[in-house]
Amino acid sequence: MKTQGLFSKTMLGLGFVFLYVPILSMVFFSFNNSRLVTVWDAANSPTLKWYGRLFSDGAILSAAWLSIQVAAMTATGAVILGTLAGLVLSRFGPFKGRALLQGLTTAPLVMPEVITGLSMLLLFVSLEQLLQFMFGWQFDRGVATITIAHITFTMAYVTVVVQSRLASFDDSLEEAALDLGARPAKVFFRITVPLILPAILSGWLLAFTLSWDDLVVTQFVSGPGSNTLPMVIFSRVRLGVSPVVNALATIMVLIVALGVVLSAFLMRRQEQRRKREEQMAAAG
Amino acid sequence: MRTAGARTGTRESPGRLGPIWTFLFRYGPPRWTEYVLNNWSGQRLVIAIPYAWLLLFFLVPFLIVLKISFAEFSPLGRPPYEPVFQWLDEGALQIKLLVGSYVYLFNEPLYVSAWIYSVKVAFFSTIFCLALGYPMAYAIARAPPTQRNIFLMLIILPFWTSFLLRVYAWIGLLKTDGVINNVLQYFGIIDAPLAMMNTSFAVYIGIVYSYLPFMILPLYSNLEKHDLTLLEAANDLGAGPVRSFMRVTLPLSMPGVVAGSLLVFIPAVGEYVIPSLLGRTDQLMVAKLLSDEFFLNRDWPRASAVAIAMLLLLVVPIMLFQHFQNKELQAAKR
Repeated sequence: MKTQGLFSKTMLGLGFVFLYVPILSMVFFSFNNSRLVTVWDAANSPTLKWYGRLFSDGAILSAAWLSIQVAAMTATGAVILGTLAGLVLSRFGPFKGRALLQGLTTAPLVMPEVITGLSMLLLFVSLEQLLQFMFGWQFDRGVATITIAHITFTMAYVTVVVQSRLASFDDSLEEAALDLGARPAKVFFRITVPLILPAILSGWLLAFTLSWDDLVVTQFVSGPGSNTLPMVIFSRVRLGVSPVVNALATIMVLIVALGVVLSAFLMRRQEQRRKREEQMAAAG
Repeated sequence: MRTAGARTGTRESPGRLGPIWTFLFRYGPPRWTEYVLNNWSGQRLVIAIPYAWLLLFFLVPFLIVLKISFAEFSPLGRPPYEPVFQWLDEGALQIKLLVGSYVYLFNEPLYVSAWIYSVKVAFFSTIFCLALGYPMAYAIARAPPTQRNIFLMLIILPFWTSFLLRVYAWIGLLKTDGVINNVLQYFGIIDAPLAMMNTSFAVYIGIVYSYLPFMILPLYSNLEKHDLTLLEAANDLGAGPVRSFMRVTLPLSMPGVVAGSLLVFIPAVGEYVIPSLLGRTDQLMVAKLLSDEFFLNRDWPRASAVAIAMLLLLVVPIMLFQHFQNKELQAAKR
């Protein structure tokens, strides 16, 4: 037992080094004065030069704003659709076509992004032609198509999170409310939603992050002029390493770290409160 | 549906949405109205919304890709392919299914080598992820509960930061004048810088780095549930640590191993960003070929055929993944 524990602990340490060295090196070199990202210019560093450049870079700032808008809309849409799908799959019992729905919700989790992107684009092109032919409408690919594509592949994640949360407690509370005469919609909003609220929140954040981060699907379905942040970063990075991107990465890492710590803290407090209430309810 | 309907008592009544339906369909065809009122309760509507979305935006697109993969490429057309279904002047429906794109895929050496290379890279990346991820998951699962949550948070944290930027970070480390080469040269371990960028090695690093959390999390959730008294029993019966690991822990953790491996292998076959930023320029992976065919050559039928072929290659792993996912959810229910 001892040697086994030692080996796995060593691997855990090495694994964390592997996971964090690239991120830390990115943060470190964002304060470097030299244009050559990996050569530390000791005389003039640390400096905030690249942060200044970042905040006067119009292309990055407008792309970031677009990405925030898309990600917020995506997360909201994905939470609504994903929660409904999760509810249907875990609470509605067997119905015709349930297996297909289950398959359709889990497939996007593992589908290679190029396939999703290509198929979405071909759908939008076909829809464009159809609408043009039938009603004479014309629509351009852009924010709307990106959002629809993002909702489709992120709602799968929300569904899984909500479904596993719903599976972790039985439906006796909902049953009780129904027996007491509450309408199904009321039961859903007064009983089910508060119970699965943590899952809904983490699903929202997950969908936001995935949308904010997505490059491949976006490249396929975006139109001219709608460049999201990952698209701008990708085109910069292909030309070589850029210290401005390091500065951007540092800010993003900082926000994520703060968010994760804060949410862990809040979750723990809520969990403790829930346990206390449960104990009090059991005692009283 | 049936049980749920009986429970909420909406089997006969149209449910809460009845008035809306009456209003919406008052002027519609009478049969329709009747059908909808008799058969559509609020619950059916709830089922219908996510269902309709996924059918329209996930299933239908695949059928379109399938259709276009059989079309004929015409560089001047808009969109750049000839229609598969065509109404002729005599009113007959003409269907032309061309398999030319598929034949090309399996005969062109560039394509064949890309297929083999992609599967090879995905396979070995999965092995490396497993070799690194299993001990890590094991150490976390056997750590004291207070440390466990911190370790898990540390595993998940990189996952929340941008994937693209984490891959980008490796460029700075692996470059010829990058951090790793500088450090090694500084300590005199190597004389000349190693060429690590744009090699298969860099792709392996990138994939293992990006997908490691996907391997660790399912493994952890499996290992954490193990009954440790089984190991004590094996120990009492005289099994050493290696033997009890091989005979007890490893077999019990197989579902986690399979789930984690599939979560790494399937997306890795179709990986686009990592090989384009870190990988070889003389050996492409399938995803890159697909996007080049589409964006550079504008050959939509061939790009679609690549997508369909990739999907066929991955259909068995995807089905396996769904099977395990469902079993996991069923087990959580009980």
